[in-house]
Amino acid sequence: MEIAEPHVTERPERSRLKARVPAGRLQDKWDVYKNNAKLVNPANKRKHTIIIVGTGLAGASAAATLGGLGYNIKSLCIQDSARRAHSIAAQGGINAAKNYPNDGDTIWRLFYDTIKGGDYRSREGNVYRLAQISNNIIDQAVAQGVPFAREYGGLLDNRSFGGAQVSRTFYARGQTGQQLLLGAYQAMSHQIQEGRVEMLPRREMLELVVIDGRARGIVTRNLVTGELERHVGDAVLLCTGGYGNAYYLSTNAQNSNVTAAWRCHKRGAFFANPCFTQIHPTCIPVSGDYQSKLTLMSESLRNDGRVWVPKDTNDARPPSQIPEGERDYYLERRYPSFGNLVPRDVASRAAKAVTDEGLGVGETNLAVYLDFRDAIERLGRQAIEDRYGNLFEMYERITGDTPYEVPMRIFPAVHYTMGGLWVDYELMTTVPGLFVLGEANFSDHGANRLGASALMQGLADGYFVIPYTLGGYIAGAELGDVTIGHSTFADTERAAGERLRRLLDVKGGKTVAEFHRELGQIMWDHVGMSRNRDGLLQAAEAIRRLRDEYWQNVNVAGRNDTLNKNLEFAGRVGDFLELGEMMALDALHREESCGGHFREEHKTAEGEALRDDDDFAYVAAWEHTGDHARPQLHREDLEFEYVRPSTRSYK
Amino acid sequence: MTVHLRIWRQAGPDSPGRLAEYTVEDVNEHMSFLELLDVLNEKLITEGEEPIEFDNDCREGICGSCGLMVGGVAHGPQPRTAICQLHMRHFNDGDTIVVEPWRATAFPIIKDLVVDRSAFDRIMAAGGYVSVKTGGAPDANALPVTKEDADLAMDYASCIGCGACVAACPNSSASLFTASKIAHLAMLPQGTPERRRRVLNMVDQMEAEGFGDCSNHAECEAVCPKGISISAIALMRREYVRAVLSS
Repeated sequence: MEIAEPHVTERPERSRLKARVPAGRLQDKWDVYKNNAKLVNPANKRKHTIIIVGTGLAGASAAATLGGLGYNIKSLCIQDSARRAHSIAAQGGINAAKNYPNDGDTIWRLFYDTIKGGDYRSREGNVYRLAQISNNIIDQAVAQGVPFAREYGGLLDNRSFGGAQVSRTFYARGQTGQQLLLGAYQAMSHQIQEGRVEMLPRREMLELVVIDGRARGIVTRNLVTGELERHVGDAVLLCTGGYGNAYYLSTNAQNSNVTAAWRCHKRGAFFANPCFTQIHPTCIPVSGDYQSKLTLMSESLRNDGRVWVPKDTNDARPPSQIPEGERDYYLERRYPSFGNLVPRDVASRAAKAVTDEGLGVGETNLAVYLDFRDAIERLGRQAIEDRYGNLFEMYERITGDTPYEVPMRIFPAVHYTMGGLWVDYELMTTVPGLFVLGEANFSDHGANRLGASALMQGLADGYFVIPYTLGGYIAGAELGDVTIGHSTFADTERAAGERLRRLLDVKGGKTVAEFHRELGQIMWDHVGMSRNRDGLLQAAEAIRRLRDEYWQNVNVAGRNDTLNKNLEFAGRVGDFLELGEMMALDALHREESCGGHFREEHKTAEGEALRDDDDFAYVAAWEHTGDHARPQLHREDLEFEYVRPSTRSYK
Repeated sequence: MTVHLRIWRQAGPDSPGRLAEYTVEDVNEHMSFLELLDVLNEKLITEGEEPIEFDNDCREGICGSCGLMVGGVAHGPQPRTAICQLHMRHFNDGDTIVVEPWRATAFPIIKDLVVDRSAFDRIMAAGGYVSVKTGGAPDANALPVTKEDADLAMDYASCIGCGACVAACPNSSASLFTASKIAHLAMLPQGTPERRRRVLNMVDQMEAEGFGDCSNHAECEAVCPKGISISAIALMRREYVRAVLSS
């Protein structure tokens, strides 16, 4: 990609992008869709092979459900077991509009909070459907034996999360993602036993195979033997998660990557809102250069923890010796109605603001306190231990400090990517037959995701949306007979093989991790919590240079015909180096601040994000036009019929 | 600080293995053990050697990917800690640390410290689930569960499937792994209809995979990063006897 002067003023084509949201009242759209969706005869489903890449919440729930319906499922993951997908690390909870606490929650309110939380950059129809389905997810999970937290009366317990004033979050200690994923994995294991799902672990998708304009298969690398393998099917479901590791340090797992999604992008799938990144406010701060990842401390901690910094920049006293009057509880001060429970983007920016002023704490001064002293005094140590025991333990293991006695030190870290491959209401990309579920798509969270909504979306897509929309595609598409002997499979496999050989042949002077770290620093500095035009131009240029250097100077160890993690990472970093530039470009073109995308040029007098609905109430979807060409911007205009976009206020 | 490492290197499943010696200097006490291996691998790559392969992913103790015998103990010296969460402050300057893969017949070595744990997935597929298709589930509050039972179910359900229990067991038994799933589902009304089939099929599969029997050494409980109690195994045995006698 060469983007000498990015087309900030260029009016994008108002284009081919049809979201295909059904007509009718918002409340009826999903029912209208289901009433009219074409169905596949039960006896015919087994004749259709569906390839599902990734076994997180979205992938595992889709495999379990579609297998149960009778489709022939081929499921692949990069880990050694499907159970290890990174959904497993989600801590806090999952939202649903059950209104069990009788505190005023409704489907409408969950919809409204989610679309407002996303700063009005998501589709009404999608988000309403998500809120409607949320309740079914909880029922499904409980039926599977997911051990959600309960009250003494035996019924389910709820807690509060950021961006909402009701308690609608269901949880299983600090391991909600683990339990929901194991529920989906177990349901999928049942279908494996039934012979409906074939599970292929330790496989990495390297290419999408497009034949006659439709997604008909993938090429994978067997991560144990290095062999390239061809898989043919009638549709491909990409459930491969987000791309936060473009920043090198993030709360993502080491293996989380953009490669599968990026390969699909290069085969015709548009990439939407790549700059919408969530920087989570409560993570354990960086401690040194060797750092390989950042650990999240669940947002649920903000229910009882109070965030503060000393009022004086030179205050080096230990936190316990700083008297009440000399502490600035800045979230409570700035946002009295939501206090410590403001949404993530707001909390992260506020932390950055105080540390920029030199008020940060800890060795690096890049941290703020999250203090449980008052909650322990009010509720007793036992109550806090019951709620957060495992999180406190995790914190102590990493830092050596105990949060019962010393306030936690926390700082924002990259956590989730709202952007992703563009999909329509049916979760289908611009490549017919290629569907994208979960974090890998862009669809439901707009410019900022609320806490406890990722689990909801992944499972909604997999359990309850795709079974309907995939059926419509399969029943309506004319799918010719294709085998893995097709010449396109051979060509695509050859391209994948050549790229691996190229990486191994460079034999340069810098390791893959060194390049990745450099990319991460550029991204964090210029495409992070706060962005401006000059920084973004600089970032795009720096990434381009780094990418050129990569292909001339990377040192990839080992061979292709064996387990070789360094080679796996080399391929992924190569793709991050392309994606990173597009993220900068997208951030540059969006001349407004919204959600997690904060442009310094666009803010209110009080320093809050300033949206521009007249010019930017659209989804920016980028089309790949060649390795050395500019991506083409397409827009999908967002129409708000039911909510009026207003300035998001949590004051 | 400086640490000396003796690490198991093995090119492939059928190649002979050996302990190779490395020294890492300037180790920061805040580093995790896996970050120490990262630093060593960067050095090896720069020197033109093949890096050491080890499974890892989330690095926050929940995915269960990592698993190393460190100093002869599964997941190393800290109790209730996966190796990715063990930090170097628990070692001393000048220590020699021996690092080996899980060793069990049912976990064949793939390369270096990476083993094949797919036997666990097959045990789960044999019955580690409640057979409900998607949709049609009753309201989540239709069946109350006492808080005590729900909490205990959660204790058992917190298994991360890392395999430390097998690696620590003198019999290479997968009893704690298998029992934790059986116990989790046996504690809940949703798991009741299939409890007999579940325990019989999962135990059969465990044996078919080549895992040994349990003889109450309790080494598994001692190394389990989630601290799962061997009361799960007692519960599994009761379930098993009840299932056999009633069929």
